[in-house]
Amino acid sequence: MDAILLQLLNGLDKGGAYALIALGLTLIFGTLGVVNFAHGALFMLGAFCAVTTHKLLTISKSVKDTSITLFDVHKDVPYLQIWWGDTGARIIDYAVPLSLLLAIPMMLLVGVALERGLIRHFYRRTHADQILVTFGLAIVLQEVVKAYFGANPLPTPAPEIVSGSANIGAWIGLGDALSYPWWRLVYFLFSVAVIGMVLAFLRFTTFGMVVRAGMRDRETVGLFGIDIERRFTIVFGIAVVVAGLAGAMYTPVLPPDYHMGMEFLVLSFVVVVVGGMGSVGGAVLAGFLLGILQSFASMNEVKDLLPGIDQIIIYLVAIVILLVRPRGLMGRTGVMET
Amino acid sequence: MMHTVKRDRMLVGGFALAVLTMPVWMTPLGAGYPDLLQRFAIYGIFAIGFNILFGLTGYLSFGHAVFLGVGSYAAVWSFKLLSMNVLPAVLCAMGVSGLFALAIGYISLRRSGIYFSILTLAFAQMAYNLAYSVLTPITNGETGLKIERVDPRLIDTWISGPSTLIPSTNFFGMPMSGYSGFFFCAVLLIAAFYVALRIARSPFGAMLRAIKSNQNRLNYAGVHTRPYALTAFVISGVFAGLAGGLLAATDPLAGAERMQWTASGEVVLMTILGGVGTQLGPFVGAVIIKYAENIFSAFNPQTLHGIFAFLPDPIEDVVVAVTGLFVGNGWQLTLGTLFMLLVIFLPGGVIEGARRLGALIARKTAALRGRRSPPLGSALPAPGAASE
Repeated sequence: MDAILLQLLNGLDKGGAYALIALGLTLIFGTLGVVNFAHGALFMLGAFCAVTTHKLLTISKSVKDTSITLFDVHKDVPYLQIWWGDTGARIIDYAVPLSLLLAIPMMLLVGVALERGLIRHFYRRTHADQILVTFGLAIVLQEVVKAYFGANPLPTPAPEIVSGSANIGAWIGLGDALSYPWWRLVYFLFSVAVIGMVLAFLRFTTFGMVVRAGMRDRETVGLFGIDIERRFTIVFGIAVVVAGLAGAMYTPVLPPDYHMGMEFLVLSFVVVVVGGMGSVGGAVLAGFLLGILQSFASMNEVKDLLPGIDQIIIYLVAIVILLVRPRGLMGRTGVMET
Repeated sequence: MMHTVKRDRMLVGGFALAVLTMPVWMTPLGAGYPDLLQRFAIYGIFAIGFNILFGLTGYLSFGHAVFLGVGSYAAVWSFKLLSMNVLPAVLCAMGVSGLFALAIGYISLRRSGIYFSILTLAFAQMAYNLAYSVLTPITNGETGLKIERVDPRLIDTWISGPSTLIPSTNFFGMPMSGYSGFFFCAVLLIAAFYVALRIARSPFGAMLRAIKSNQNRLNYAGVHTRPYALTAFVISGVFAGLAGGLLAATDPLAGAERMQWTASGEVVLMTILGGVGTQLGPFVGAVIIKYAENIFSAFNPQTLHGIFAFLPDPIEDVVVAVTGLFVGNGWQLTLGTLFMLLVIFLPGGVIEGARRLGALIARKTAALRGRRSPPLGSALPAPGAASE
């Protein structure tokens, strides 16, 4: 029982990341009809927003270490700590959550610029062309990041207060065996919150209503005199921001490197397809489902039974779903029916 | 457009001549060494094969490198178990990758469009992940599969007794390194080109093009399209397997990184760079990419400073800093930029560009001549002519 519950929990944070990326992908697909192969790179860009924030906050000055008196030792002390003492140190400690303040405007800017500058010209091109151009874009984004940040993973720590493990087992009376890193719990709750916000935005606002109507039938919406393209630009921006937030918050779980996006992209695409192309709810459901499934497949008991299953489970599920239910779990009729 | 048998013969003849004389005319370009020329020929075969699928049927496979990898593994196993002769190795590579293509194609072709791309990608990722983990006894994991002295090599041992050192690959005694290796690859490249051309000109090729232009209409007409697409997929997989086998023949080492999806992306890029659906395009694209990779990745800041030495120092530093991003380790950035520019501005690839340029020149000269006698309009190319 403990083991099963633990795997369930383990799947949640990864599932959250998949769900967030897949949510953006499916939104872009549902609204703009564009297959965005650069979405993984945007996730990566978000992660590097966190890295940048951490770097900016820890710009340091070399000062003499006064604790050692025998000889001169210099150590780097961040300016923030010099100016504001403990408050500064605490700000640095919270670099990752604070990076959201940088990530949101940055990613929105990137998203809108991309849509206006590039993606817009690909509405009417074939899916193959869209895949190719966004694939090229992904390579460019990756390489630019590599040029500035290097090829090695850059660990970015979570705040001190959530660095340990939560003793979930004790909370629900299952004993001490069940402990779970705090940050992953935070990430799961964060992803649920973001997903909830996006869904609520689409469900309960006039803007969201127009967007949903546009996803159904953009021509008719256009006939009502609504500038649907502008709304779609904003939707693209939102999707990019969501990917960026997912990336920024994921940095404590996985030190970001320049090609982390590709791995997530392939998996998120699979998630979108399993959930159903253009279905927002399906993407979220499939994201968590596949995350949990992957975590169960990497249990030693399962691996002993079926060696290598943890490596391929997601793809296997995708293949089966595509063949049995071509529309995915919650796909609507009329979207990419071939 | 009309294709006469004579024209095709000239095309194949010209292609063969150009390929076989590559050691001569590539030397002034700094690419006249066998190792690189072999790669031109091998990736040319890979791209030509990919073009049979993508160019004719329009199915964009994003996992084609899996056949390249499988071909390499099969070839190395043939070296290990049977003989160091490349003939059984290449046949093995083609056979095994053909079987893989049959299995993957049988499932993937149930869907088309983006779903097909995802399915092939999923299979490729599965193969890649498995090659690195559970299949280590077959693939030797991260180290890569190598030939060793203790390998059985049944046929070789039977003919000439056990060898005391690690033998090298050969084709009935002809070594596979250096120029003889290149000519071996070149002959196979020409054969592959010829086969691809024959396929494109055959009724089967016409059917594949019909699948690309409108599959629904074919279905309504009562044509079952899937066997045709599957045949194209398998042929294309066999070509990729041949390329993989040759990679192993020229350098008997097979690693899983050949199956990574970036490798699949590379062959897509080669094909669109040259021109999707054209005969020469894929090979031209493969040569350009491999050439650029070789040239650009060899640059470093010193050579750049040498090139831009004529500029004033501050400007030189800036220029070197900017171009430095695009060369050496950053050559992938060039690749990505090129990829985007091409898809945006020249979806038809280099061949299309050359054709447009030719049409432009023809129009200009016609206009010049037109001052004296009005043109009949025949000098203008038909609008649809360039797309074929």
